[in-house]
Amino acid sequence: MNINFTLVAQAIAFAVLIWFTVKFVWPPLLKAIETRQKEIADGLAAAQEGRSALEVAAKKSEAALTEAKQKASEIIGQAEKRATQIVEEAKTNAKVEGDRIIAGAKAEIDQEVNRAKEGLRAQVSSLAVAGAEKILRKEIDAKAHSDMLSKLAAEL
Amino acid sequence: MTTEHAQQAEHALTPSSYIAHHLSFNAQPVGDGSFWTLHIDTLAMSVFLGLVVMGLVWWVARGATAGVPTKRQAFVELVFGFVDDQVKNIFHGDRHSFIAPTALTVFLWVFAMNAMDFLPVDIFAKFMHSLGFEKWRAVPTSDINTTFALALAVWFLMIFFSIKAKGLGGWIHELFCSPFGSKVWVWPANFLFNMIEYVSKPLSHSLRLFGNMYAGEVIFLLLGLWAATGLTGTVAAAILGAGWSIFHILIVALQAFIFMMLTVVYLAMAHESH
Repeated sequence: MNINFTLVAQAIAFAVLIWFTVKFVWPPLLKAIETRQKEIADGLAAAQEGRSALEVAAKKSEAALTEAKQKASEIIGQAEKRATQIVEEAKTNAKVEGDRIIAGAKAEIDQEVNRAKEGLRAQVSSLAVAGAEKILRKEIDAKAHSDMLSKLAAEL
Repeated sequence: MTTEHAQQAEHALTPSSYIAHHLSFNAQPVGDGSFWTLHIDTLAMSVFLGLVVMGLVWWVARGATAGVPTKRQAFVELVFGFVDDQVKNIFHGDRHSFIAPTALTVFLWVFAMNAMDFLPVDIFAKFMHSLGFEKWRAVPTSDINTTFALALAVWFLMIFFSIKAKGLGGWIHELFCSPFGSKVWVWPANFLFNMIEYVSKPLSHSLRLFGNMYAGEVIFLLLGLWAATGLTGTVAAAILGAGWSIFHILIVALQAFIFMMLTVVYLAMAHESH
C-alpha cells in the first residue's frame, strides 16, 4: 500500500490509451457497424417494398386476366353471331340467286318454245301449202289461198 | 558471522519470505523521497498489455468492413456492442465522442491486466528471474497505484464533465444545494455529504478492484506454499489451484466489468443535474 510516482505514470498511460481509443479505435468500428445496420435496414425496407409491389402486380395481372377472358368470350360470342348471320345471308343470297337463275332459265325456255313454235308454225304452213299444192296442184292457187293458209297456220 | 547469518536467512525459503518476495515490486527510485519511486514491473506490464490489447482492437478496427465481417471482426464487434449497450443504458448523451470509447478502454485494459493473475506465479517469477529481474509482479491491478491512478483519472473526468455540463457556478451550487435543498442553513450538511461522496467514489472504485486482485494473488501464493510441503500438499494445492483459477476467470471478468460500469456511472452522473 505505498502510493508513489507509479500512480502518475499509470494515469498518463491511461490517458494516452483513452485518447488512442477515442481517436483511432472507436470511430472505425462505429462506422462499420452503423453502415452495416443501415444497409440491413435498407435491405429489409426494400424487401418489404418488393413484397408489396409483387402483391399489387399479382392483383393487376389477375384483373387483366379476368378482363382478357371476358373480352375473349365476348369476341367469340360476336364471332359466332356474325358467322350465323353470314351463313343466313349466304343462304338468302343463294336462294335469291337460284330463283333468279331459275326465272331466267324459265324465260329463256319460254322464248325458245315460242321461237320453236314460230318456226314450226312457219314450217307447218309451208308444209301444208306444199301438201295442199301436191294434192290440189292445179285447182289451188297459192296466192289466192294464202290468206286462208295463214289463218290455218295461226290456229295451229 | 552476522552477515553470514543474514545471508542464510535471506536464502532460506520461509513462508513469509516467499510471500514477501512475491509481493514486492520492482521499485526503482526516480528522485528523493519515497514518493519518487517507479514500480517498473507494474508500469511495464500495464503499458505492454495496453498496447497489445488496444493495438489488436485497433488493428481489427482499421480493417473493419461494413460488409460481412470476419470472425475476428465479429468478436471485436461483440465486445464493442456489449460495452456500447451498457453505456447506452446508463448515459443518455453523445456517448460516442468520449464515454463509450473510455468504457471500452477501461474494460479491455483492466481485463487484460487482471488476466495476468492466470499466469502461474512461480513459473512466471522464475522466467523473469532468468531475464535478470529479481522482483517482478505480474498483475498490475494488484498494485494500488494502478487502480488508484485509474480511479483518480475517472474522478477528475467526473469533475471536468460536471463543470462542463453545469458550468462552474452550477457545479459549486450543486456542492452546497444538493441533496437537501438550497436553504442556507443546510449548506454545511450538503457540502459535507458531497465531500464524502467525492472522497468515497475513487476510494471504493479503486480499492474494490485492488482488493479482489490482491486477494486472488495472495491465495495463489498460499496454495503455492502448500504445494511446497510435500506430495499431499502438492496434490491438494494443484486441485484447489485449478479450482481457484477457474473461479478466478469469473472474478477477472467481473471486476473488469464492474470497474467499467462504475466508470460509466460516475461519468454519467456528472452530466446529470440534481
